[in-house]
This record gives sequence, C-alpha cells and structure tokens, in this order.
Amino acid sequence: MISITNLTKKYGPVTAVDNISLEVKKGEILGFLGPNGAGKTTTLKVITGYLSPTIGQVTVKGADTLRDPQTVKRSIGYVPESFPLYEDMMVYDYLAWVAEVRDIPAEKRATRIREISDVCGLVHVMHKDISELSRGYRQRVGLAQAMIHDPDILLLDEPTSGLDPNQIVEIRNLIKKIGQEKTVILSTHILPEVQATCTRVIIINKGKIVADGTPDELLSKSTAAIRIHMQFAEHYDAIADNLKRVDFVDDVIKVEKAGERHPIFIVETKKDRDIRAKLFQLAVSKNWTLLEMHSEAASLEDVFHQLTTN
Amino acid sequence: MKYIWSIYKKELRSYFNSPVAYIVSTVFLLLSGWMFFQQFFLMGQASMRSLFGIMPMLFIFFSPAITMRLLAEEKKTGTIELLMSLPVRNIDILMGKYLAALSLLVITVLLTIPYGLVISFIGPLDWGPVIGGYIGIVFLGAGYLALGMLTSTATSNQIVAFILGLALCFLFFIMDKILPFMPDFSVSFFQYLSLDYHFNNIARGVIDTRDVIFYLSFIAGTMTLSSFAMESETWR
Repeated sequence: MISITNLTKKYGPVTAVDNISLEVKKGEILGFLGPNGAGKTTTLKVITGYLSPTIGQVTVKGADTLRDPQTVKRSIGYVPESFPLYEDMMVYDYLAWVAEVRDIPAEKRATRIREISDVCGLVHVMHKDISELSRGYRQRVGLAQAMIHDPDILLLDEPTSGLDPNQIVEIRNLIKKIGQEKTVILSTHILPEVQATCTRVIIINKGKIVADGTPDELLSKSTAAIRIHMQFAEHYDAIADNLKRVDFVDDVIKVEKAGERHPIFIVETKKDRDIRAKLFQLAVSKNWTLLEMHSEAASLEDVFHQLTTN
Repeated sequence: MKYIWSIYKKELRSYFNSPVAYIVSTVFLLLSGWMFFQQFFLMGQASMRSLFGIMPMLFIFFSPAITMRLLAEEKKTGTIELLMSLPVRNIDILMGKYLAALSLLVITVLLTIPYGLVISFIGPLDWGPVIGGYIGIVFLGAGYLALGMLTSTATSNQIVAFILGLALCFLFFIMDKILPFMPDFSVSFFQYLSLDYHFNNIARGVIDTRDVIFYLSFIAGTMTLSSFAMESETWR
C-alpha cells in the first residue's frame, strides 16, 4: 500500500527523518512510536504530500507523492495532530463540504454523512459550530472528515492525545474496527496504545527506525531486567542482604511507600531466569511472613526506553 | 474547476458568516460616502468622478483587510494541512479564495451605485464615465487583492499580511505619481506597472484592451508568485 524508500527530510540544517525505508501492507495497523521530535509527524506529513521529501521517494498504491499528489490524496484520509478545523462552520456543513471536495456524488452525500456521523458518534452535534465542540468531539470530526470518502489508508497523528480515558477507549475501538478493512498508520508516544491497537510497531528515534515488528516480537527483544516485587509483614535490616545473596539476583532495591507500614523490596534478575521459587524458599527458611510477591513483566516501555535513550 | 467552485463557496460563506464582510462593506461605504459627498456639494457637478478618485485610495486599506486572513489564518490554525490533504491543487485553493475576496469587493463596490442613481435625479449624469469607472475600479481592486493574497500566502501572521499588503498596494498605487523622481529611461516602465495609471485610463470611459491585458497579466503574475510561495512551504 505504502512504500517509503530512503526517505530523508531536512528542515534547514536539522534532519527530521534520516534515510527511512518502509513497506506498509494492506490491513496493517501500524504504530509509529517514538519520543517527541523523533520524526513521526514529519513522516506522516510526507506521506500525505504536505511536505516534500528532501531525498527519497514515497509511493502510495503505486502513485508517487511528488509526481501524482492528487491520486495519493484521494486514497488517504489524514487526521493531523491538533485536529485543526474551520471553527466558524457547523459540523454538518463542514462534513458536507469535505464530501463535496472529496468527489462524493451530490445524491450520495447526505447518506454518507449520516453513516459517518453514526460511526464517529457525531449525531448529536451535527448542528453545532465546530468552535463549540469539546476536544473529544473535535477529534471525532477530524476522524469523520478523514473517513468520509472511504479511503484505503488512514493516517492518524497522535489520535488520542488530550482525550479522557473513556474517549481514548472509544477511539481505540474505532481504530481497531477501521483497521479490519483498511490500512492505518498512527503515531503516538503512548505505549499502551500501541499494545492495545496495533498489529505492527515501528520505533523511530532521531529520524531513524530502531525497531520494527509486532508488539510481541518487540517485547521478546527486551533485554531489560525482570523485577520481582516482595513485601513482608515485618521489617528486618537483614532482608535486603539475604535477598541479595540468592543466586542470579543482580540487585535489590528497598522502596518505602507512603501508606505502607513495611518497605517493598524490588529484586532484579536477568531475563529468562525464574527465581521466584528460591525467593519463596528463602522467606520460608527465615520464617518471614510474605505478604505479596509479583513479577513485573517486560513492557514495551522498557523496549522503548532502551532503544530511544543513549 | 469544480474544486475552485467548492472552495469559492466555502470562502464566501465564511466571509458572510463572520463580521468581516459586514464591517468591510459598512466602513467602506461610510468613508467613501462621506468623502464623496463632501466634495460633491462643493463642486456642484452631477458627476461621480471624485468617487473614483477616492476609491483607489480607500482600497489600498480595504483590499489587504479582505485578503489578510485567506491563507495566513489557515496556516496559523493548521487547517491548511487538512486543506492540502484534500485532492485539490494549490492553484485551486488560491483561485477559489481569490474569487471569493473579489466577489466581496465587487459587492461592496456595487453598493455605491445608489449614489449614481441619486445624482442622476439631481442633474444630468453622464453614465459613460460612471460605467467605465466601475469597470476600472473592479480591475484595480482585483489587482490589489492579488497583492494582498500574495502577502497572506507568504506569512502566517494576519497583521503582517495586512501591513505588507498595504505597503505593496500603496507602492503600485503611487508608482505613476513619483515618475519625476525616476531616471528618464525607466519612466514608461514604472508608469506601465502602476495599477492606478491603468485605472485612470479605463475610468475616462475608454476601455482599452491594453489596460485590460495589463490587469489580467498583473493578476496572473501575482497569483503565480503566490502559488510559488505555497509550493515552497512543502520544501521547507
């Protein structure tokens, strides 16, 4: 669907995107993950044709973004980051206008607008001015205008930023639903979002792709330590020292938590080592009352952190 | 063509949904009416000539006020990004917006026609120069609007767009009035480039194709510059 070849984009002396190559297949929900300023938005803007590549080439369904922008734009729906909209227009008028410019035949427009307002949950605000809408509704109008012409490709720039938790869940479900038939690329720096919605993740840092795979593949690449949280019903100074002496334990961190009478010990060990049994046996042999023990699974956060720092 | 029409409709509606259109028309009519009739009663002639002397100067201020938001606002609020994600060409966007601004200007100018009607009741009004004046003022305004459009395309700040547009309009207005200070060989060149010079030709009641061609090519040239300015945004 989308093929990016050796894309480099420079803003003056600043390189925003540095020699990226990428193929996006039909039906993928691709998450662009990266810290702020990594080049996510720039890449999306190049795909929409809003920015021109400094070097390299982007083709969408075989059409070059520079040579044939009209064709590219017809197959893309785009929701920019801060969902800019014409404040002085009514939601209905705005969608009707987009439908007109998107070449939807006049007789089909009304039906199409009804369908899309249904999908995006806009039915109750159709006759409000866009300037009166809350952030969540503005975001939906942004989605509606991007999907009104039923594009094959949907580009979403930080689609859930600034939404409340309920709205986030709604938007994510909507994205998943759309992703069943269409290709979706979304950019975000919110990690649970990627795990919740994407079938493929690309981590981008300083303009370069540093990881590419399914969320599970990326998780398995994590080399981060496994952390086991333990809490006991009493507190001895010796606990930390004893824990440290267990085989394969790399480090023990004592954390005092507000509202807890006893500190929590975080035992760190290398990945792929299960030392929980040994820790339990130690507690039993010392006659410590173990209140709680759980191990923290490696998260995308760790992978992200590893790949985007240094 | 279809896209120009869609954008034109949206822009025109946006002018009349906001106070812009009403303020521009009202203030223009107030100022032009007051200035015109002050001179009119002094001269005691059934003629609209002085109105066509006032309008070119008022338009130096009003044209950039009409055009300043056209692209600067879209860039400021970011809506330009959505606009450009639609399958429209830059020139469609520019033409649609330009024609909307031109329509507002034409409507405003037409609202002064009652002056002529009133005068024709008072005394014998020669309609030839009046019609020439109206045709000329529309061409002149169209030239100013193209300049205003260019400055709005070049910046995302409406105030900057307005001031720069005003300066450019003033420059092309004054150009044939500062000829004595110009080197001899360039006099005809600067005279030819002056928007006001060609207006005066038409306002005399003689519609010469040379003047019309000047205006059309001036507008086309300025629009081309605007479209370069838009294009360059994507190459930042």
